[in-house]
Amino acid sequence: MVAAPPAGGAVQGVSMAEIIVVTSGKGGVGKTTSSAAIATGLAQRGKRTVVIDFDVGLRNLDLIMGVERRVVFDIVNVISGEARLNQALIRDKRVDTLSILPASQTRDKDALTKEGVGKIIEELSKDHDYIVCDSPAGIEKGALLALYFADQAIIVTNPEVSSVRDSDRILGVLQSKSKRAEDKREPVKEHLLVTRYDPARVEKGEMLKLEDIREILAIPLLGVIPESESVLKASNTGNPVIMDQESAAGQAYKDAVGRFLGDKIEHRFLEPTKKGLFSRLFGGRAA
Amino acid sequence: MSWLADLFKGRRAEPPTAANAKERLQIVLAHERIGRTREDFLPKLQMEIVAVVARYVAIDPGRVNVSLDRGGDMSTLAIEIDLPGPAASAPRRAAAS
Ligand SMILES: Nc1ncnc2c1ncn2[C@@H]1O[C@H](COP(=O)(O)OP(=O)(O)O)[C@@H](O)[C@H]1O
Ligand SMILES: [Mg+2]
Repeated sequence: MVAAPPAGGAVQGVSMAEIIVVTSGKGGVGKTTSSAAIATGLAQRGKRTVVIDFDVGLRNLDLIMGVERRVVFDIVNVISGEARLNQALIRDKRVDTLSILPASQTRDKDALTKEGVGKIIEELSKDHDYIVCDSPAGIEKGALLALYFADQAIIVTNPEVSSVRDSDRILGVLQSKSKRAEDKREPVKEHLLVTRYDPARVEKGEMLKLEDIREILAIPLLGVIPESESVLKASNTGNPVIMDQESAAGQAYKDAVGRFLGDKIEHRFLEPTKKGLFSRLFGGRAA
Repeated sequence: MSWLADLFKGRRAEPPTAANAKERLQIVLAHERIGRTREDFLPKLQMEIVAVVARYVAIDPGRVNVSLDRGGDMSTLAIEIDLPGPAASAPRRAAAS
């Protein structure tokens, strides 16, 4: 195949991508699940989207996105000049406006540099609408770099005391250590995404209520993702859960993406599902 | 959802996905474990192929697409290089696949 469109055909300096960090402080709350779902959802809405795994040494986004067999190069190879960015980008086969930039599995976090990440983001900005950064846990180098260039932050929080506290901590970091803060520009726009919400346990008083979390963190609510078995099914098969529109979690992520893009959508899945007689008899569980 | 839909949903046998997870993990881990003892040669292989092509044709290294599919028994590495057309004053013509 000899295709020779003019190189560097991208319109210069016109559009700049919006940089979104998905972060939480705490590990295991659903950052990677949410990054994959939201990036896929934005791409499904026609936005040119790239999702970057910042968890160097423990990459997992490739598995959740189902592209683990296709990884040759990673973000560290690009930073160290061993590969070009477009060689490391993996184009999604399901949604053509979506790409994935994997983290390195063998290097350590010190291989990431502010300059290196800055260059990658600048280059990606030229031909993408959204750059979604999946942050590692903690408030160390990897997490700091994931949030440094952000325009918007999605704070993933579970209805659980330590998660809410860590979210508050990461909000403080965003307000002091992001590039926007350093440059004294308009602050990073914050969104709360409550995940693994179990309305039945909330009703029983075993789990923090949505209103409590909102009151404590006091940032705008982007969405509530219910605890759902479909998330495990999605990770087993390598399909972001937003592609499962039969599941409550998939629908909740789709709503969240809609709200992110400005749609007015009511919050759902906040009440325990009233089980019908038959599903009770057959032991059907929340999908 | 009506009770009827509930009934069928609860009883519909969906294919279990854990076997899928195991197979994916076995493939990816087999490759990662090899990478721990000796270097993964695929990245180097790709760079050398691109370098060889660049010796013959004036290619834009930014327009090289690589796609890999690691498998259990066999992996495929597909390298797609945009070669400049004759108008682009390439010294030689190259046959491209
Ligand atoms: N809405 C949900 N319902 C059920 N399990 C979930 C949900 N969101 C995430 N999980 C599970 O929680 C675990 C951690 O999720 P992950 O996205 O890897 O978190 P993080 O990236 O913050 O460490 C995974 O096992 C994932 O399947
Ligand atoms: Mg993660």
